[in-house]
Amino acid sequence: MDRGHYKIFLGMAAGVGKTYRMLQEGRAEQEAGRDVAIGYLEPHKREETSAQAEGLEVIPRRRVVYRDVEVEEMDLPEVLARNPELALIDELAHSNPPGLEHGKRYEDIADVLAAGIDVYSTVNVQHLESLNDRVAELTGVTVRETVPDSVLGTADEVVLIDLTPEALVERLRTGKVYPGENVDAALNNFFRIENLAALREVSLRQVAEDVESKRLTLHLDEPLGTREERVAAEVPKAVGERILALVRPQPSSQRLVRRAWRSAQRLGTGLDLLWVKAPGKPIAGEEERQVTALRQLASVLGATLLIEEHDDLVAAAARVVRERGITYLMVGESLPPTGFGRLREPLPQRLMKATPAGVDVRIVAHRSNGEERND
Amino acid sequence: MIEHFLVGLALLLGLCGGYLIARSRLRGKRSERPQEVHQILLPFTGTEISRRAVDAALRLAKAEQAMLMPAYLAAVPKQLPLDCAIPAEAAKAMPMLEAIEQRATGQGVAVDARIERGRSYRHALRRLLGQESFDRVVVSAGATGAAGLSGDDLVWLLEKAPAEVLILRPGPSDESRVAAA
Repeated sequence: MDRGHYKIFLGMAAGVGKTYRMLQEGRAEQEAGRDVAIGYLEPHKREETSAQAEGLEVIPRRRVVYRDVEVEEMDLPEVLARNPELALIDELAHSNPPGLEHGKRYEDIADVLAAGIDVYSTVNVQHLESLNDRVAELTGVTVRETVPDSVLGTADEVVLIDLTPEALVERLRTGKVYPGENVDAALNNFFRIENLAALREVSLRQVAEDVESKRLTLHLDEPLGTREERVAAEVPKAVGERILALVRPQPSSQRLVRRAWRSAQRLGTGLDLLWVKAPGKPIAGEEERQVTALRQLASVLGATLLIEEHDDLVAAAARVVRERGITYLMVGESLPPTGFGRLREPLPQRLMKATPAGVDVRIVAHRSNGEERND
Repeated sequence: MIEHFLVGLALLLGLCGGYLIARSRLRGKRSERPQEVHQILLPFTGTEISRRAVDAALRLAKAEQAMLMPAYLAAVPKQLPLDCAIPAEAAKAMPMLEAIEQRATGQGVAVDARIERGRSYRHALRRLLGQESFDRVVVSAGATGAAGLSGDDLVWLLEKAPAEVLILRPGPSDESRVAAA
C-alpha cells in the first residue's frame, strides 16, 4: 500500500490562519469529489475557522480521563476504520495523554499515512526541536511540546502560512485569535511585534531550508537529462548560500571561523566547519584540546563541525561542498611554499578546480606570527 | 671515470632531496604554540575591556613567551540549555576578540581565544578554569559592576583559581578601553 500524501501548514504563531487554510483546502478537495474527513480539529472558538469546517465530516473524538480530568483526543482507530481519502488533523505537535497508541500526535499521523490516507496537518515553528532554543532566546517563551525536525522532512509539502506581525496583532486586537479577556495579556507577552518579526524570520528560513534540502535530494537522486532541465536545476542554487570554512585544530583557525561566521551572519546562512584529518591518526594531546575548542566554538555559533578522515584535503572538501550545497568556501592563507611544495599547485586553485562551478573560494589572511599551512 | 662521476652525482642529488624533504616536514610540524606552554587568561564580559588590563596581559605574555587566552564570558539564561548556540552573545564577543588579537599580533604574542558559556559569569569562569590550565589570570577591577564580574566573583577567583591572579585597579584618569570597532 502506498503511503498517503502528507502536507503540513506551518505558521510563525497561533492565529496566522493555519487551521483555516487547512480546512479551506480540505473543502476544495471535497468539492472536487474526494472523500475528506476531519480527524481532529481545534477551532479555538474562532468563528471564521468553525465556519470553514461546516460541511466537512468530523470523526468523533474519544474521551480519555487524565489526572481525573476528562479530555477529548483524536480517535486514531476510528480514523483508520473510517478510512477517508484525506484526513485533516490539526496540531501535529500535540502530546497525547498516557494510555493511547502513541505519545505524540505526529506518531498517530504516521499510522494514518501508513494506511494510505492523505493527511493535512498544522504546526507552529516554535514546536520544531532544533528551533525551540532559538525561539526561546528570541521570545523568552519556552515551548514544551516539541517535535523532531525530521517530522517536517517527512512531509511531501510544507506550506508556510505567512502574515505580517502587524496584521497578526490587528487580528488579535479584534478578537479573532483569543477571546477578549486574554487579548491584553497576549499583546504584552508573546504577541509583541519584535517577537513576531523574529518568529516570522525563523519560519521563512525554515521553509527555505526545507525547500533547499528537498531540491538537493532531488538533484542527487534524479540526475536531470536535457540542457533545459539542467539549467532549470542550476538557477535556484544561486538563491541559497552556504559557507564552508576549512579549519585545522590550531588557535589561528579561530580567526578564519570568526570571519566565516560574520559572512554567514551577513548572508543569513548556515556555516559548516571542516577539518580533514589524516586517516588512522588518533586525536590526542594538544590537537585534542584544539579540536575541543573548535567544537565548543562551533556550538556557541550554531555552526556544524565536520571531521573527515581523508588523505586528500581537496578531494574531501570537494565532496563535502557537493553534498551540502556549499556556495562559499573559505580557507586560511597558506605560507609561501618551500621545498617540493613549490612544484604543487596552490590550494585555492586546486579547490577551484575540484569544486562545482559557481563555488567561490575566499582566502582569509592570518595574523599569526607562527607558521601555518592549510595543506 | 664517468661512472664514478654519475654515482657521485646521484648520491649528491639524493642527499639534497633528503635534506629538502626533512626541512619541509620539520617546518610543517612546527607548532604556533611555544614549546613549553604558558597560558595567561584574560576574562572579560560585555563589549569593552580595560586597555590597561589588555596591555598588562600582553606585557606578561610577551615577557614569559606565553599564550594569551582572551575569554569572553557569556551567561546563558536558565530556560535555555547550557550548550545552546548564543549568536547574540557571539556577535558581541567576536569584534572584541578580533581587537585583542590585533593588538597581540602587533606585539608578537600568540593568542588562543575562547567564548565560554555558563549560568553566570562566575560559572563560565569556573568551567574555563576546569578545562584549561593557566599560569596567570589577569582581570580588570574596573570592568566589574552589575553587568560584569562582581567583587564577590573576584574574591572567589583569588581563592579558587589554580593560578596567579592579577587584579588591575585602574587609576582615576584611566578611561582607555579596548572596544569593538
